Amino acid sequence: MQTPNQRRRRHSKSFLLALSAATAVLLTGCGSRFVVLHPAGPVGREELHLIELSAILVLAIITPVFLFMVYVLIRYRDKPGNKAPYQPKWSENRTMELIWWGIPIVIVAVLGGFTAKTTFALVHPPEKSVKPITIQVTSLDWKWLFQYPGQQVATVNYADIPTGVPVRFQLTANGPMNSFWVPQLGGQEYTMPGMSMGLWLQADKAGTYYGHGANFTGKGFAHMYFHVVAKSQTQFNQWVKKIKATSPRLTQSAYKQLTDPSVVGTKSYSGFPPNLYKDVVSKEGGKYMNHMMKAAGLNH
Amino acid sequence: MWNEGPMIWTSDVLILLTSVGIIGVLTHFKKWKWLWDEWLTTVDHKKIGIMYLIAALLMMFRGGVDALLMRTQLAVPNNHLLTAEHYDQIFTTHGTIMILFMAMPFIFAMFNIVVPLQIGARDVAFPYLNAISFWLFFFAALLFNLSFVFGGSPDAGWVSYPPLTELGFDKGPGENFYLLAVQITGIGSIGTGINFLATIFKMRAPGMKLMKMPLFTWSVVAASIVIIAAFPALAIALALLLLDRVFGTHFFTMLHGGDPMMFVNLFWIWGHPEVYIVILPAFGIFSEVVATFSKKRIFGYSSMVASLLLISVISYFVWAHHFFTMGAGANVNTFFAVASMMVAIPTGVKVFNWLFTMYRGRVTMSLPMWWTASFVLNFLMGGATGVMLAVAPADYQYHNSYFLIAHFHQTLIGGTVYGLLAGMYYWWPKMFGFKLDKKLGMWAMVLFNIGFYVCFMPQYALGFMGMQRRMYTYPAGMGWGTLNFISTIGAYLMGLGFLFIVIEVIYSIKYGERDLTGDPWNGRTLEWSLPSPAPHYNFAVIPTVTERDYWWELKENNRTHELRPKAETLKSIEMPKNSARPFLMGVAFFFAGFGFVFHWLILGFAALAIVAAIMIHRALEVHDEYAVPVDEILETEAATGRL
Repeated sequence: MQTPNQRRRRHSKSFLLALSAATAVLLTGCGSRFVVLHPAGPVGREELHLIELSAILVLAIITPVFLFMVYVLIRYRDKPGNKAPYQPKWSENRTMELIWWGIPIVIVAVLGGFTAKTTFALVHPPEKSVKPITIQVTSLDWKWLFQYPGQQVATVNYADIPTGVPVRFQLTANGPMNSFWVPQLGGQEYTMPGMSMGLWLQADKAGTYYGHGANFTGKGFAHMYFHVVAKSQTQFNQWVKKIKATSPRLTQSAYKQLTDPSVVGTKSYSGFPPNLYKDVVSKEGGKYMNHMMKAAGLNH
Repeated sequence: MWNEGPMIWTSDVLILLTSVGIIGVLTHFKKWKWLWDEWLTTVDHKKIGIMYLIAALLMMFRGGVDALLMRTQLAVPNNHLLTAEHYDQIFTTHGTIMILFMAMPFIFAMFNIVVPLQIGARDVAFPYLNAISFWLFFFAALLFNLSFVFGGSPDAGWVSYPPLTELGFDKGPGENFYLLAVQITGIGSIGTGINFLATIFKMRAPGMKLMKMPLFTWSVVAASIVIIAAFPALAIALALLLLDRVFGTHFFTMLHGGDPMMFVNLFWIWGHPEVYIVILPAFGIFSEVVATFSKKRIFGYSSMVASLLLISVISYFVWAHHFFTMGAGANVNTFFAVASMMVAIPTGVKVFNWLFTMYRGRVTMSLPMWWTASFVLNFLMGGATGVMLAVAPADYQYHNSYFLIAHFHQTLIGGTVYGLLAGMYYWWPKMFGFKLDKKLGMWAMVLFNIGFYVCFMPQYALGFMGMQRRMYTYPAGMGWGTLNFISTIGAYLMGLGFLFIVIEVIYSIKYGERDLTGDPWNGRTLEWSLPSPAPHYNFAVIPTVTERDYWWELKENNRTHELRPKAETLKSIEMPKNSARPFLMGVAFFFAGFGFVFHWLILGFAALAIVAAIMIHRALEVHDEYAVPVDEILETEAATGRL
């Protein structure tokens, strides 16, 4: 037979075990599979800094509080002969309460300050000295169309970008709303019908980065992944040249076909109907939202 | 129904067999009249509470089976146990059921079972409305669950965003089932919110000033305020989407000038406060449990009240954090980010106050206390990741990922479910007159806790690996397989934990320790001054309260006899009469819902006409109360040895 004491100790041990198992799982975050923790560009890096800062701040609170709970539960157990003080009516202490109203306020103020700074910073291109390129992204059921208005090429389910160049993604949806996410380059933004939204991303080093729709859009959603391939400016220019030389043009009827619900592989196009992106935004409801079209630079 | 494959057919057969079984048992033991008189037509808050509890546990089972199916499907990469459609339906029903048909009825069970007893009242302010609320919930749950037998379940996620849920992309009746079932139960919830706010403000025993109320009652005040303000937003959002789907309007179809963002805003103006609706009562439960089992006054009572009310206010300034990534702009995002972090301040204060209630107390580790202690660890972590999610730019990386899934399960399970289970164990003797078995309960607690961490810790990691929510399958090359497999094992452990609770209940009905005192835990508040279970009129004599923790003070000063009824001063008690109408109204709402699901407008409107007729009939009723004679009170009180 175990004494109640032993039993209690065993239970608090299983909690500690669970906690350390949890920590172990989290610590394996050092592996490169943890794409969010291994950003490949300035946007993802800034976001990671905030993730780290917030994690440190909250850990600084929850660790001592948890240890204090374990201490209290052990020391003030109701067992015969427990010599710890027992004050059943002690229920007020202004100073202590002020401390624990105060500490979280300070932490929220600090974290809020950094949050504001980064939130406003991410609206602008991560790199000011380099001329950005624009890629117009349309989420379809269940594929991604990328149009390069500067280069006059288009792709499906993959996008090549030059390294060290800020990329201005303009996002819309033809169909249900999705969310455009390339974890290693930085956070996501929704694609919504009738709207055009902006997202700045940039890759520092060459590589192939996994991207996926993050907002559920039905049956084929699980297969809605794409790759962003970052390569040097020269290689990128060669890639554009090659597409122009070898791929067909995206016609209206081919676009129409893309809008049908289906899962497809990658495709490349050496051109697309002028104003296709603008027309899709407008047709899907943007025509009712002039201010938004204007803000996205789509009304001329 | 006929073309859905063996999985659904098996379920259909099981449902049929269960129904036949229930009908058979009731007929065999001649229990139909008893069922009708004692339960279906009752307006007694205690019985309504018990029905809520049973329904909530059943729905926890249904939602849990959904969860296990999902986890089984995701255990290995490239799995095709479930098709995409089936998986989509399961995650939609899992979310909807757990929030609206499990957590909500579970908190309403606690409201009903505890509040009137705790404030020294004989019933709620509107007992008839209370019964209506229950039957609306019950038949809405039935309608929702029926969807997978008739025509397919909803499959657009519990958030049900248009345009995915508009006719253009979703023809099937599933989405209609969702809209109507949630609408009907939502009407019931608004009724409950109004009812309990009125009850607490108007029906407290003499002398129970607001600042003398038990903290659970305070938490119900806070939750009710949020219910009353939040649920109408949901009702509007669902009604407009239903109009889009059934009558062809274009509130949320951008193609014709509508705006899906309006739905997203309305949904979360309800949806975020909703998570506080279900957590606030849990906070109240923990406050009661911690004080009772530490044999000490709650620490910082005024802070506790202030933080409850503060949370209910802040809950309205955080909804946009559900769509930081929908292009609201940096100023809006910053505002909602900081507002969301601010929730951590009053919540943190509560944790400190609970710990300092135990500090210098005498802590007994009963089952409610174990669930409370495990809650604290969960909520520290869940709250921490909540603050991390509130950091808008960081959220661009967490949004819709498994990090988010892990966070909200940690707060909703580790907060709400743990709290409700703690409350269930704590007030179980008050409801049924016996305790639940501690040994089996410990098994359940340990299995559920280990299962929880095994299930959800890997999901935080999967979020950092870029795994999205709502994928029915994933490729092998991503390295997500191992963690998903571990997570699935955890889910099964939690399922096993739930099974132990079921076994525990069945075992304890026969062998559980009987509660003859009415005060099995050495409690502090008024409900423990009554016998277990309490007589149907609750208090033979309404007590006059002079301080907080009144029952505890009486015990301390050997004055408990003051709350005992005296034969010579007893008066007859006016109690509300039973009524069949709330039940029939639920049935009518059910058929109205069913009619609109399938566009059978005649059935729908006819059923609504019956609802109207029932309401008119009620309006014309004059005698809805009866007097409980003194003799009956004497007899009842004598039987419990209180005279």
